[in-house]
Formats: sequence, structure tokens, C-alpha cells
Amino acid sequence: MVNTLTIEEKKIWDILETVTDPEVPVLTILDLGIVRDVKISDGAIEVIITPTYTGCPAMDMIAMNIKLVLAEHGYKQVRITSVLSPAWTTDWMSEQGKRKLKEYGIAPPNPKQQICSDKLFAANEAVQCPQCNSYHTHRVSEFGSTACKALYQCDDCKEPFDYFKCH
Amino acid sequence: MKVVIDYILHLADSNLILSQRNAEWCGHGPILEQDIAITNISLDLLGQARNFYQYAATLVGGKATEDSLAYLRKEREFKNHLLVEQPNGDWAQTILRQFLFSNYQHLLYEQLQNHKDEQLAAIAAKALKEVNYHLRWSGEWVIRLGDGTEESLQRMKKAIDELWRYSGELFIPAEYEKEAGIDVSLLKGEATNKIKTVFDEAGLAIPENVFMQTGGKKGTHTEHLGYILTELQYLQRTYPGATW
Repeated sequence: MVNTLTIEEKKIWDILETVTDPEVPVLTILDLGIVRDVKISDGAIEVIITPTYTGCPAMDMIAMNIKLVLAEHGYKQVRITSVLSPAWTTDWMSEQGKRKLKEYGIAPPNPKQQICSDKLFAANEAVQCPQCNSYHTHRVSEFGSTACKALYQCDDCKEPFDYFKCH
Repeated sequence: MKVVIDYILHLADSNLILSQRNAEWCGHGPILEQDIAITNISLDLLGQARNFYQYAATLVGGKATEDSLAYLRKEREFKNHLLVEQPNGDWAQTILRQFLFSNYQHLLYEQLQNHKDEQLAAIAAKALKEVNYHLRWSGEWVIRLGDGTEESLQRMKKAIDELWRYSGELFIPAEYEKEAGIDVSLLKGEATNKIKTVFDEAGLAIPENVFMQTGGKKGTHTEHLGYILTELQYLQRTYPGATW
């Protein structure tokens, strides 16, 4: 993809790399995969983003932060467009993003095929403890401090932790 | 397929009102994790409502916005299902309401994600992933309570007595649904199968020969909606145009 970018576009992507998720500040919006495209025409920039979860309250702030940081670099004509399709998935999270999440103490999303079954009381996903790397963990709740996370606890080191759920 | 504004408003309204009901639990959940779960679901539903209202606003045109559609329409203009406006009651009643609604919504969005209207399809495809969580969570709770203690079983039975009469409306098509090319009556069989599976495991029975109350989809509501809107719309009614 990089090969097809113009110098100007590359500059914009590099700037976007500095915008972080307000709720998980170790992740940039590129790590999360929510920037879908950047279009430049006649000096006007359009940044196309997609929300993670429908009701994610961080999206408004992210849009504002994109405008702010581009303004700091002298780009005044910026439009943010939000698209819903295709629906965001954790498959779009970068490997770097997953590594940073783990270092931050949040278990990164498992590859997709493991969940999304509508079976009740299905066996919990095997989620690795970000502290001690044990897979001997259990789910406390499918819903966590933000829409994108579930609550887990490690049965070995006993540490409770957030899991960025596969979606 | 024709794009029907009333249909989109109907979808938006049901999401908004159930979101508002669930949000009433904020700080009152039985335990912290479940307080967080029910408010997470509330937030998902609010997000879905916003997507539908935003889309409706572009079709209504003029000065319509997502806010004007949510905050400035009257009770009789709301097209939500009667089920979602019913009071929270106890945890069992809230759980059952969520389970019945998520079960319907899951089947609906599966259809809607293939709708010819691209925006409706996109909203539904995205929301479907979230409803998957809601359905699993509420279904597990129905079983946990039904198959729990004598007390929790009695409460689930009482919840069924209270709410079952509002479950029929989900599958009785309104004019605007037909115009939008969605036949909700076709969802009923599969929805009932799922309920039966969960109820069987929970030791509960689907009531027979219950009179089904309808009207919400046409704007004829139970007394509860007025109170919800009074609270929900208070700020914009009292201070028109107020912003953060």
C-alpha cells in the first residue's frame, strides 16, 4: 500500500499515527484500524474513519483530535467522514498494536475464529494473562470498562485484567 | 426497495427507549460487573439509535437532526415496541425484556444486513455483532435465574406473566415494515424456537393463549412512555437548543 502513496499522503498518514485512542492511550488510531482512507484534493483533506463499536463515545473525541493535530501541521481544510461498512473488526488491529496492548496490561484480541458463537455458556476463550503469560485464566464478565473490553482474571498470578475482545 | 422514514424511526425509537430503560440501572445493578454489563448494552443500543436517527434526519431533510428526532417528537409520534417501554421491575424482568428483544433484534438484523438500502444494511451489519453479545448475556441470565433458587424461579415466572403479552407485537407487521420489504412475521418461528430452547433449560414454560397487546408501533403506547419521554426530553424542552 505504501508504494502507492504520494509524498503528501504519506505525510498525512504519519501525522495520523500520532493520534491515540483516548480510552486506550497506547494505541494509535492506525493501530486500531479505524482510519480507512485519506483523500486529498486541491489541498482539502478528507479522513475516512469507521467506529469500533456503534456507541463508542471516544469516536467524537478522536474525530476532533484528528482535526486538531492536522491543524497544528498547517492543514486547515479537513473533513472527517464516518463510514459504517464494512463493519470494523479486531482483525484490522496491527501486530504492533497488539504488542503494545499487552505491554500496557491489556490482553490483545484473539484471532477471530475463536468466538462470536451465540451458544450459551460456551467454553470461555483461552485468553493469555498479559502479566504472567498463563492461559489459566477465566472470564469474570463479558462486559468491561469500555465497550471493547471484557473482564478476566488470571488463576495463576491472580491478577485481574482487561481483555480487548475479538469482534 | 423503498426507503421508509417511518420504518427507520421505528427502529431508532425502540433502540432509544430500551437504552434509556437500561440506563436507569446505572449505579443500581445487583453487582458491579452486571451494572457495567447492562449499561454497556444501553450504550450499544444508544449508538444504534443514533445511527438510525442520523440516517432518518438526512431523509427527513430541512432542519431535522438526530437530536430533534429524539428530543422533540411527541409520545404519539414514537413508534417503539410496547415491550421496550415496560418498567425495569426487578432484575428478572429487565433480563427477560432484554432477552425477548435481543432475540428478535438478532434475527431482524440478520435480515436487514442484506437489505437493498445500503445504509440500513451497514447499520444492521455492524449492530449485529453487538446484539450477539446482548443475546448471549441475557439468555444465560434467563437460565441462571430460572434454574437458580426457588426465589429466582418465581421472579422469572412473574416476569413472564408481566411481559409475555408484549412479545407478540414484535412479529406483527406494521404498514411501514411491509413497505420497507421486511416481514417480521417470518422471524417468529425461529424466535420462538430459541426462546423455547432457553426456557426449557431454565425450567420455564412459554405461556399459552395469552392476549397480545399491540399499538406501540403505531404510536399508541402504554402509560409508561410518557414518563420516559418527560425525563428524556426534559432538558431540550426546557432549554431549547442547549448544548454541552
